[in-house]
Amino acid sequence: MSTTFLLNGKSTILDADPTMPLLWALREVAGLHGTKFGCGMALCGACTVHLDGQAVRSCVMPLSAVADREVTTIEGLQSKQAKAVQSAWVDLQVPQCGYCQSGQIMSATALLEKNPEPSDADIDGAMSGNICRCATYSRIRAAIHAAALSAKA
Amino acid sequence: MKTRTLLSPLPTRREFLKGAGTASVAALTIGFEWAGTTRRAAALAAAGSGAAASAGAPFAPNAFLRIGADNSVTVIAKHLEMGQGSYTGIATIVAEELDADWALVRVESAPADAKRYANLVFGTIQGTGGSSAMSNSWAQLRDAGAKARAMLIAAAAQEWHVPAAELTAQKCVVYHAASKRQATYGSLVKTAAGLPVPQTVTLKEPKNFTLIGNRPLRVDAASKSDGTAQFTLDVVLPGMLVALLKRPPLFGATVKSFDGTAAAALPGVVKVVQVPRGVAVIARSFWAAKQGRDALKVEWDESKAEKRGSVELMEEYRRLADQPALSARKEGDAKQAIGNAAHKISATYEFPYLAHAPMEPLDAVVKLDANGCEIWAGDQFQTIDQMNAALTAGLKPEQVSIHTLYAGGSFGRRANLGSDYIVEAVSIAKAYGADGTPIKLQWTREDDLHGGLYRPMYFHKLEAGLDAHGQLTGWRHVIVGQSIMAGTIFAAGIKNGIDSTSVEGAANIAYAIPNIAVDLATTKTGVPVLWWRVVGSSHTSFAVEAFMDEAAHAAGEDPYAFRRKLLEHEPRMKAVLELAAEKAGWGSGPLPAGKGRGIAVAEAFKTFVAQVAEVSVDKEGNIKVDRVVCAVDCGTPINPDIITAQMEGGIGFGLGAVLYGAITMKEGRIEQDNFNSYRVLRMNEMPKVEVHIVPSTAPPTGVGEPGVAPIGPAVANAIFAATGKRIHLLPFPKMGAA
Repeated sequence: MSTTFLLNGKSTILDADPTMPLLWALREVAGLHGTKFGCGMALCGACTVHLDGQAVRSCVMPLSAVADREVTTIEGLQSKQAKAVQSAWVDLQVPQCGYCQSGQIMSATALLEKNPEPSDADIDGAMSGNICRCATYSRIRAAIHAAALSAKA
Repeated sequence: MKTRTLLSPLPTRREFLKGAGTASVAALTIGFEWAGTTRRAAALAAAGSGAAASAGAPFAPNAFLRIGADNSVTVIAKHLEMGQGSYTGIATIVAEELDADWALVRVESAPADAKRYANLVFGTIQGTGGSSAMSNSWAQLRDAGAKARAMLIAAAAQEWHVPAAELTAQKCVVYHAASKRQATYGSLVKTAAGLPVPQTVTLKEPKNFTLIGNRPLRVDAASKSDGTAQFTLDVVLPGMLVALLKRPPLFGATVKSFDGTAAAALPGVVKVVQVPRGVAVIARSFWAAKQGRDALKVEWDESKAEKRGSVELMEEYRRLADQPALSARKEGDAKQAIGNAAHKISATYEFPYLAHAPMEPLDAVVKLDANGCEIWAGDQFQTIDQMNAALTAGLKPEQVSIHTLYAGGSFGRRANLGSDYIVEAVSIAKAYGADGTPIKLQWTREDDLHGGLYRPMYFHKLEAGLDAHGQLTGWRHVIVGQSIMAGTIFAAGIKNGIDSTSVEGAANIAYAIPNIAVDLATTKTGVPVLWWRVVGSSHTSFAVEAFMDEAAHAAGEDPYAFRRKLLEHEPRMKAVLELAAEKAGWGSGPLPAGKGRGIAVAEAFKTFVAQVAEVSVDKEGNIKVDRVVCAVDCGTPINPDIITAQMEGGIGFGLGAVLYGAITMKEGRIEQDNFNSYRVLRMNEMPKVEVHIVPSTAPPTGVGEPGVAPIGPAVANAIFAATGKRIHLLPFPKMGAA
């Protein structure tokens, strides 16, 4: 059985069990490895992707749920906000082990695309679903503020 | 000044590890994109030297670097990069003495080969741990870089017929000022390769460092910000299968029987096999393997399993604290001094089991056939993993090769004496048929939290005596808990019954107290345990620093001034304490109601860290840590930005553990399954952190772990300042209800 959807801007047909979580369809069927597995229960955010522009946890979303919709992964980030986020991540040397950072960047980008000048409380609201065991949180916060500034310029 | 009777754990480890590792394997080329490759390609293209990239053999004067004809510098890292910045630190040391252009430097992982890549702090085994990467690499890699530079200079001198003393080098280019000649390192590699390696070489004066002490960008930051960094999760090999393993519900239980019919019938499932640790479902994808495992029926033999709960274990530990125990340190007569003291205080502290819970659940890829075993993993103890894999496969250690990939966190979990996840993967490949089919063993988060190798549970009992002037006259500390090293390959390191990892941070306290007794009662349970970031100091530092605060309070003194006086003869410890207090504005007046400030100091792995925490406790008893000021002395600061990042991360990691972390058991069954029941720190709970680094030219020491040690007691002491309530139970209870 196959599912058709827009993946990183390209119409894509994935031939897979429709109950398979989107995470594994992306990783093992589409071959996109930037999205990570951390908990399998939407508790850690390592698997965050965009579905029609919203940050969602792909580890609990069945592939069938994205039929005819638009999915963006870290590999497909294009927006001005996304580029600003990724530059800020490098400038402020955010990653340590790096495993959670694709998910962090997807959540941060979705936040800035909706809210160009997030407050600390907005950042807490948007980012508290993304765990970083290296606790790079201070730098993530600073990088989101920096990206907001540079995306506005 | 008193001599401390307890060695820090590293020399102990070194002692018994001598001779442990003799395995060696040939260097291997593997097809992953390594750190810095993209950045280096861009730099090469910008320099217009792209065409030369494939021309000529590289210059490899030693096991740690290669210089290509294209002017690229490849540094070979023997330490795992698990987030702590080892790749960047290692490359910085080499590049500094080599006078390399940082933009041209890349890092690749060393193969498993203890002959060339042993951790000199451990002795003769290759591995990463004990915050040793920088201290181990400092002399070795400065020498490697400086000798390579000397050979390149000699090559230019030979080509230009000028004295080497007239040449200088900068950013991968050799210059002769008098004749205005210059040559890239890449253009000199052919000549340099024919020259002898110098016996001795002069190292740079610290004042001439250009990379060390600055903030060269992490070699892995770009690939970890665009999703291209390669973890074990991302390894795909032709024909690779994915396995999930069903493990027993109790530690020590074994498979009695199983029915894999339903699992085997599912689409994508290839085979169901029994292995020593359980039953594995091998499938064409993770999802098929997961569904297969869910469909497995296994009957377990629980007759020899650990069936006690954490509550029963802690009751036993409390009893043991009053029984005679083994002495880890004895100076004077603490019992008598406390007995005769004008004021006596006592306290107990209870610490739960803790899981490491690295973001990347454990995983390993194994390709096994009759002639060899190839492993891909975020491997932390290569030599031990080689030995354990060989034993499992029925091969010689030198037939086991390891590709070390980035690890998605470890915190000690992958530095694994029994190589549990590696051995599982090898045993599954063996049961599958050992036919060369690559198999990836993938753990889930539930597997991780149920899988054992926790930070041990501990009970601490402390007593102290103070004289009429508030001077500490006696200090007695009893620790009860499991040994990490007992029953492992490291067991020889246990001296006179004392596992140094159980008492480090307690037996070697630096405070000047005339009578000190530190005792250890080692327990046995069926729960497998392991070191967890900062090892012994993850609990001893809490007990010592929280109790020292109680002593200061009993003496009627300021907790900072009280400590400072007792550290008069410990200049580095005292200096970080003073720096943290000064930067935090200690003594600048009281905080508003509901807020408090607490201080703690620790030495771990020869690095000194002091922290001042400011907390708020609301009417419901909720704790919020607002700000942490941290001072660290780690010798020569190689990369101040990475040191800062490790202090920030250590504070967040340690804070999550003291606020929420606990693995508990009921009738032997682990009660936590995932991040909903094993809570860790999140964005909204991260305090503002300020890090101050003590300037130093002493040899560098590690920063991956020490930042964790003082945060728990600093926060507990701040909570006392805010509420008047002491914390004796970890994780912290809500303060309002207490």
